[in-house]
Amino acid sequence: MKMINPASEAQLAEAVRDAKGPLKVIGGGTRPIGAPVTGEALTTRGLSGITLYEPGALTIVALSGTPLEEVEAALAKENQRLPFEPADYRGVFGTEGTPTIGGVVAANISGPRRIQAGACRDSLIGVRFVDGSGQALKNGGRVMKNVTGYDLVKLLAGSYGTLGVISEVSFKLLPGIAASATLTLKGQTVAEAVATLSKALGSPFEVSGAAYRNGDTFLRIEGFADSVAYRTEQLSNLLGGDIEVESDKEAVAGLWTAIGALDGFGTEGQDIWRISVKPSDAPSLIEALPASDTLIDWGGGLIWAACAPGTDLRAKAPEISGHRTLFRASDETKQKLGAFHPEPAPIVALNEGLRSKFDPRSILNPGLMG
Amino acid sequence: MDMPSPNPIILSKKAELVSRLSDALESGAVIHDEHETRAYECDALTAYKCPPLCVVLPSTTEEVAAVLKVCHELDVPVVPRGSGTSLAGGALPTADSVILGTARMNDVLETNYDDRYIRVQTGRTNLSVTGAVEEHDFFYAPDPSSQLACAIAGNIAMNSGGAHCLKYGVTTNNLLGVKMVMMDGTITEIGGAHLDAAGYDLLGLICGSEGQLGVVTEATLRILRKPEGARPVLMGFDSNEVAGACVSDIIKAGVLPVAIEFMDRPVIRATEAFAGAGYPDCEALLIVEVEGSEAEIDEQLGLILQIARKHNPVELRESTSAEESARIWLGRKSAFGAMGQINDYMCLDGTIPVSSLPMVLRRIGELSEKYGLDVGNVFHAGDGNMHPLILFDANKEGDLELCEAMGADILRLCVEAGGCLTGEHGVGIEKRDLMVAQFTPEDLEIQMKVKDVFDPKWLLNPAKVFPLASSETRRAA
Repeated sequence: MKMINPASEAQLAEAVRDAKGPLKVIGGGTRPIGAPVTGEALTTRGLSGITLYEPGALTIVALSGTPLEEVEAALAKENQRLPFEPADYRGVFGTEGTPTIGGVVAANISGPRRIQAGACRDSLIGVRFVDGSGQALKNGGRVMKNVTGYDLVKLLAGSYGTLGVISEVSFKLLPGIAASATLTLKGQTVAEAVATLSKALGSPFEVSGAAYRNGDTFLRIEGFADSVAYRTEQLSNLLGGDIEVESDKEAVAGLWTAIGALDGFGTEGQDIWRISVKPSDAPSLIEALPASDTLIDWGGGLIWAACAPGTDLRAKAPEISGHRTLFRASDETKQKLGAFHPEPAPIVALNEGLRSKFDPRSILNPGLMG
Repeated sequence: MDMPSPNPIILSKKAELVSRLSDALESGAVIHDEHETRAYECDALTAYKCPPLCVVLPSTTEEVAAVLKVCHELDVPVVPRGSGTSLAGGALPTADSVILGTARMNDVLETNYDDRYIRVQTGRTNLSVTGAVEEHDFFYAPDPSSQLACAIAGNIAMNSGGAHCLKYGVTTNNLLGVKMVMMDGTITEIGGAHLDAAGYDLLGLICGSEGQLGVVTEATLRILRKPEGARPVLMGFDSNEVAGACVSDIIKAGVLPVAIEFMDRPVIRATEAFAGAGYPDCEALLIVEVEGSEAEIDEQLGLILQIARKHNPVELRESTSAEESARIWLGRKSAFGAMGQINDYMCLDGTIPVSSLPMVLRRIGELSEKYGLDVGNVFHAGDGNMHPLILFDANKEGDLELCEAMGADILRLCVEAGGCLTGEHGVGIEKRDLMVAQFTPEDLEIQMKVKDVFDPKWLLNPAKVFPLASSETRRAA
């Protein structure tokens, strides 16, 4: 497929400025989230490379098209990591290609560790982007604490390229993990699992993963070896019952990567929904959903649901607050149901107002977010 | 620091304004007597004062909406005010503005330990949020130094940080949802008890917008279980460079302390004279605190002390009791007060990449000589958030201006080093005109366009954040 593939921010700005019609903005193209966009494809893939990495300051800056794996490899060399454990959705979407760091930001992709270390937007400390008029702009920077002016960094994270095409991103980092363990409680119901997860997350033992699938409740502990052993024991005592402990680092990492990536979740052709609620609402909501498979992450705060194509899960137990995103579905279903959760009128007005300022010609991924 | 001159048309509407506001609120909630409004003439940036037209103290979100609706109709600017502890002049009134104080809105609306959040009215003080949940061993993490007095409303407006944000993040990382009133009186909710946004992250945009986009009346805040324990260690070094290198090595070693605080010789001496914490007389001092069980603390501090020893410290003091911990923190916590004993001071909060610490400290020393004003440095070293305290004499003619000029040079230096003007205090009026050092006109324009969307008449917290010259056409419109 022919794509506009600028090699610099200046070229990117020029391409946006010169655009005659809508642009379909993508990074690696591995996460087709949101309503389908018709337009000339523009990829940030050509903007590649780590611009600055200071391990002693726990910060990294990279061009948006830099492959995620390149960023993660550079960090691993210095025993550091992105705190939010970005998930790889190639499996669930059946996409090929290479996830980019800018794509991670545009979709605010955060894995199981979000519950402890925050989302992508919480680690993101700076962005450069090109708005819909083709202006190169910046917000934030490369320092961890920065309240200078409005926080457009957060606004750009999760804006799916509809407010600007991200050209460079900066993150704060965390030290690598010395040791880890997964505690598994078998044979729990959803209600029991959510109660277990809440109890664990309300303990002082710094749980960094809290998930549930097919009767198994999973908890993760990370840190120095002695500390992991101590907290695993304390947590086991607190929760009681029969608990399996896995402390092989590779095995622990494998399980949580699979949870984040939704490995083996749902069947081909099914729709997949991503639902954000307060954890204690999870059991009653799941009860109400006509889903053939569910997976709980974030201690109950994130529910993945797989169901027959075209099912409107927003119609079930609508009194439960939070939001429900139609994550994977046919274009037709996305258009019928809307990919993103409808928002109240005052918020819609603000969103539209922002869009009209950042992209006055309405050419950046028009319609993607509704 | 210039402020725009008051609009005579608005001044002439005072009687009508007070009457309409009084109709909208309970009796006693509108203050318009000139002697009484004086109590609201400044915040903690006391060098600048201006009594407002009047002050309103609503008790509910609906009352806030009623106030804003009246002011919107009459085109009267509104300055939202939490507890008035801003060091940046974030709550400085103009003579033609209404101060909207959150002081009467301090209820806890809901606590939920299973889902780990608390919902409060935003006039509630930071420390009393923790106070409401500590009997269950929970706490609210952001801990600005003014936490005894400062309100959640102001914390959200300024995206406040604190000493422990290296581990727990700042306000924006601990805020789950808000109820907010738009300038036209529309009440809206953003976020809630769930973790992420449905669409655009408006919550992230609101937090740190210095009260210019809306008035936040209720907040849902994340609460955390208290750690099992915490213990600080004190380290003295014979140069700022060595202390800076030690900070960098600790971070690189894979330990994440909850706090790394740095004090230089002028501050060490001042605090010793003031509080007598028993600090060594040396060039630079670090306080590093870690959390966990006793054994976990031992393990982390063991590693940290091992790193520190490589830098030939002149003193290494590990706390062995709660009293010793308190003594180690005593000097740090009284640093601002101690400097205030010596003279008036201006506190800056530029942030720099940690790697630039030695260079920036050296250059600040040079500026101190050039201007003939003493500077003490005390700051959050783990995240590069500096707090240079410039000493001056407010009673000496020209000293404030000299101090401000030197402060501006230090902040420009922070930007040059790859950092920013403000790490946690906010721009307010104090750093407003320096924004051009960090942002291009286009970078500022897109931020002002955001305000256009939320507050098209530019009535909320006027003359803050943006350089007066940049915002002039909008404010005059």
